[in-house]
Amino acid sequence: MNVNIVLSLVAVVVLGALAFLGGSAPVLQGVFGIMIPYIAFVMFLGGFIWRIMKWAKSPVPFRIPTTCGQQKSLPWIKHAKLENPSSGLGVMGRMALEIFTFRSLFRNTKAEIKGDRISYEWEIWLWLGSLAFHYSFLAVLVRHMRFFLEPVPAAIKFLEAADGFFQIGLPIVMLSGVILFAAAGFLFARRVATPRLRYTSLAADYFPLFLIMAIALSGMFMRYFLRVDIVAVKELTMGLATLSPTIPANIDPFLFVHLFLVCVLFVYFPFSKLMHAGGIFLSPTRNMANNNRAKRHINPWNPDLTFVTYEKYENTFREKMIEAGLPVEKES
Amino acid sequence: MDIKPEEMIKISNAMPKKSWMETPPDLSDGKFCYPAKAKTLEYLGLPNPRDWSPADEDWKLPENWQQIIHEGFKERLDKYRSLKVFMDVCVRCGACADKCHFYLGSGDPKNMPFLRAELLRSIYRNDFTLAGKLLGKFAGARKMTTTVIKEWFSYLYQCTECRRCSVFCPYGIDTAEITMMGRELLNLIGLNINWIKDPVANCSKTGNHLGIQPQNFKEIVEFFCEDIEEITGVKINPSFNRKGAEVLFVTPSGDAFADPGTYTFMGYLMLFEHIGLDYTLSTYASEGGNFGLFTSSDMMKKLNAKMYHEAERLGVKYIIGGECGHMWRVVNQYMDTMNGPANFLEVPKSPITGTVFENAASTKMIHIAEFTADLIKHNKLKLDPSRNDHLKVTWHDSCNPARAMGILEEPRYVLKSVCNNFHEMPANTIREETFCCGSGAGLNTEEIMEQRLRGGLPRANAVKYVHDKYGVNMLACMCAIDRAALPPLMDYWVPGVEVIGLHELVANALVMDGEIERTTNLRFEDLPGAEGDSDE
Amino acid sequence: MGIYKHLDAHAKEITKAWTTRFSEGYPTVGGQFIMKEKDSFNNPIGAMAKESFTGVFALISQEVMPEMEALRQKLDPVIRLRAVQTFIPSEGVAFVFLLKTVIREVLKKEIQEGKVTQDDLDSFSRRVDQLSLAAFDIYMACREQIYRIRASEVRTRTLNILKTKDILCEVPEVGTEILPHDVYKNGGFEKSDENPDRGL
Repeated sequence: MNVNIVLSLVAVVVLGALAFLGGSAPVLQGVFGIMIPYIAFVMFLGGFIWRIMKWAKSPVPFRIPTTCGQQKSLPWIKHAKLENPSSGLGVMGRMALEIFTFRSLFRNTKAEIKGDRISYEWEIWLWLGSLAFHYSFLAVLVRHMRFFLEPVPAAIKFLEAADGFFQIGLPIVMLSGVILFAAAGFLFARRVATPRLRYTSLAADYFPLFLIMAIALSGMFMRYFLRVDIVAVKELTMGLATLSPTIPANIDPFLFVHLFLVCVLFVYFPFSKLMHAGGIFLSPTRNMANNNRAKRHINPWNPDLTFVTYEKYENTFREKMIEAGLPVEKES
Repeated sequence: MDIKPEEMIKISNAMPKKSWMETPPDLSDGKFCYPAKAKTLEYLGLPNPRDWSPADEDWKLPENWQQIIHEGFKERLDKYRSLKVFMDVCVRCGACADKCHFYLGSGDPKNMPFLRAELLRSIYRNDFTLAGKLLGKFAGARKMTTTVIKEWFSYLYQCTECRRCSVFCPYGIDTAEITMMGRELLNLIGLNINWIKDPVANCSKTGNHLGIQPQNFKEIVEFFCEDIEEITGVKINPSFNRKGAEVLFVTPSGDAFADPGTYTFMGYLMLFEHIGLDYTLSTYASEGGNFGLFTSSDMMKKLNAKMYHEAERLGVKYIIGGECGHMWRVVNQYMDTMNGPANFLEVPKSPITGTVFENAASTKMIHIAEFTADLIKHNKLKLDPSRNDHLKVTWHDSCNPARAMGILEEPRYVLKSVCNNFHEMPANTIREETFCCGSGAGLNTEEIMEQRLRGGLPRANAVKYVHDKYGVNMLACMCAIDRAALPPLMDYWVPGVEVIGLHELVANALVMDGEIERTTNLRFEDLPGAEGDSDE
Repeated sequence: MGIYKHLDAHAKEITKAWTTRFSEGYPTVGGQFIMKEKDSFNNPIGAMAKESFTGVFALISQEVMPEMEALRQKLDPVIRLRAVQTFIPSEGVAFVFLLKTVIREVLKKEIQEGKVTQDDLDSFSRRVDQLSLAAFDIYMACREQIYRIRASEVRTRTLNILKTKDILCEVPEVGTEILPHDVYKNGGFEKSDENPDRGL
């Protein structure tokens, strides 16, 4: 068994167990229910901003978009406005496609010769898996805002209704949570099943997947099996949100497992590869227009360098140039 | 005595059961590019000149080389947001893995783009991140050792900076950018290759990579003119270093020197003569290519500076650039930023059609395919595409024009106007997904011929498909490196397919004023029908 | 000679097993990719191997020994591939011998049941031996071609110079070593000492 997988799994299990023990001891409930969540939130926000600032501090000396379509040139040639944007608007379109639909991953087409002709099919699973993972994560996150808002906004109620549309089970199963767990599981399975990924994956690739799976699992466990007292949970979370934290008397200690793992994720996020969420906005190959020749880009540290000028060149070759009948600046 | 077949094959099977970090690079003879000579580095004023070989155990690195790399890395992290972001955001999803032609041709895991980047990333984590410092190997970090630097040298010179992986990366991580930075770092401690450094030295001295002196450059072009006159009966009158011309024309010196690029050069001359363009060639800015791009941004800037410098001296209005790949990466993405603004030039305007090239409003340099496409669209050229009827042509998009510029339709429009038989290769091997020739970014050197043939296999494989299916016998392209690299590639993988530049095809189809009836093409090969055999 | 009808019946299985063995010769990471990736443009190694193996086996499994030339043609692509990959020659062609093992494994049942005799196997083995000799020929021819390409690349580059003397400028003490030593040293170029102040 791969040591990176084992290590990551052990880390998540230990963290969960720690939270359960802490949450079961009334004296520590304050630590796990109030202190750590506040620290985690501050670290997440601070870390995220720090990381973005750190990136933004380095300049972008050159305009180096990767062009994935026809450039804007002659008016009668159809310009690929989104794949090879030439304006800010085009770049926004390209970024939107990239962020909301994972455009580049979607590009993974495969050609196969069937009989006499080639057919194309999408290598769709990575794209679909990632999309499912990120959107269900978003849905889960938004749904959880109900714990921090009173009254609960209509939009969240609507999302919940949509999420539980199929009305399976009681309490109604929220699809987003299930999908999140399944998609994370898929991404993990893919890593293990593909030799070249297994060969190159780091603990830093497995750990967040396990963590997120554990969060989803603990959440679903509480909702569908423990059926924890929602009112008590909301009391706790509203206390946190309104900066008047309390620990409700009848809170289930298992909640602290869920909450603590979320806190770990929050703290871990800004210092890990999960920051791709922020990094994608700063990627120079995607967020710049391919209008280099139309509009000059400035390099703040453009160095002043000496090069071989024409004068030096002519000095070297003058006689030969004259002999060959090439025009020169100075005759001798 | 009885060896089982399995045992014979086992040797190669043993390779990476170990983790990639523990697998040393293979730098036996024939697996590396020759290093730059001490004299060359001295001439260029680059660090650590010495004679050495990658096959040696001791690479004679400076004593504090680790510190030099560390500081150089830090400096570049502070100078390039691209590097910083690319070091941090990769999630190792593997989407890029099977997009690299070197990986597809070799199966070597370290040729997967994300693993190539991990070679640098592992050092980055160790030197610049807290997690790497605390957790070491578990965070994917490792210390810089001589084995690691040898690995860098080996694999950073197995990347042609073609950017194909970047097209598929969800964050746009560009391995070319990482390779460029890595090579800059290697340069700091004197690890460079001769095939790049000699052209760089030549270019700064004589104005071109090949070291052609001014009088010889003129001579070569005059040879071309003689040949053209013999074939077409039309006298060509090029001018050199002429002040007051409207246009300065710059093309890679490879076109002046090696077949089949020379025919492309003849094509330019014929086209310009035919439309009566007021242009001049320069013996000083006689190189469109820029091997500085494969060295460092400073070297790139120095070599590129000559174009604007010469344009200003000659007082031309704008510049037209010939068919070249990496030259256009530099012109499109770096030139104006590095050596602009070129306020002494005017926005390019075709004197024949009146078209104003607003897309080059600042850089003031246009691609000859844009220029020619515009001429054809306005019906300014008399063309007889049937002269190319014996050719079944397919189009190879060169990496840089495709993925650092997006000039895809212009050459196709020209191509379809000058020849009747055109067949595209499969969609996932052309346009922005085009496969590299395997010899770009300074790797077009014969000592690593096997590597080049491996790397070019995916390209050749697609050519073979159209060769088998449609009888394609001509691979057209607009890149000087392609014209040098593709012929051996075709020779090995798809015999029967030749290589041609876009403007050679144009010139063959071009009906010039006052020309005699042509019996041969520019290669002095009989035209179909000229000897009485009809081409069916 | 009962073996050939059995070979024919198991053709698909045998080619697949052979390709699998072949792909195992690649780094663990590459092997599975070679087997699984169906896009031939995205997996030239796998596509070439499968095509070659299918073609070769279709010929060699016929009762009448096929023309050697036809066999060579089918074998050529995959050997051509091996010749540019980082193998030593014996590794490069070793996969041909694997066919013997593959046959024994796939026809295990038939062998046990006595439908395929040792004599059958021996005679087939001799064919494989012949095939491997052909493989070695092709391998060598490919290597020679590579050397020839290498040499002709240098020649093409220098042809123009040899036609016209004094076409290149030597940067002092640097030379133009994109040309090999012997060419520019004997090519009639002037030496730099004639013009000592060359250089920057």
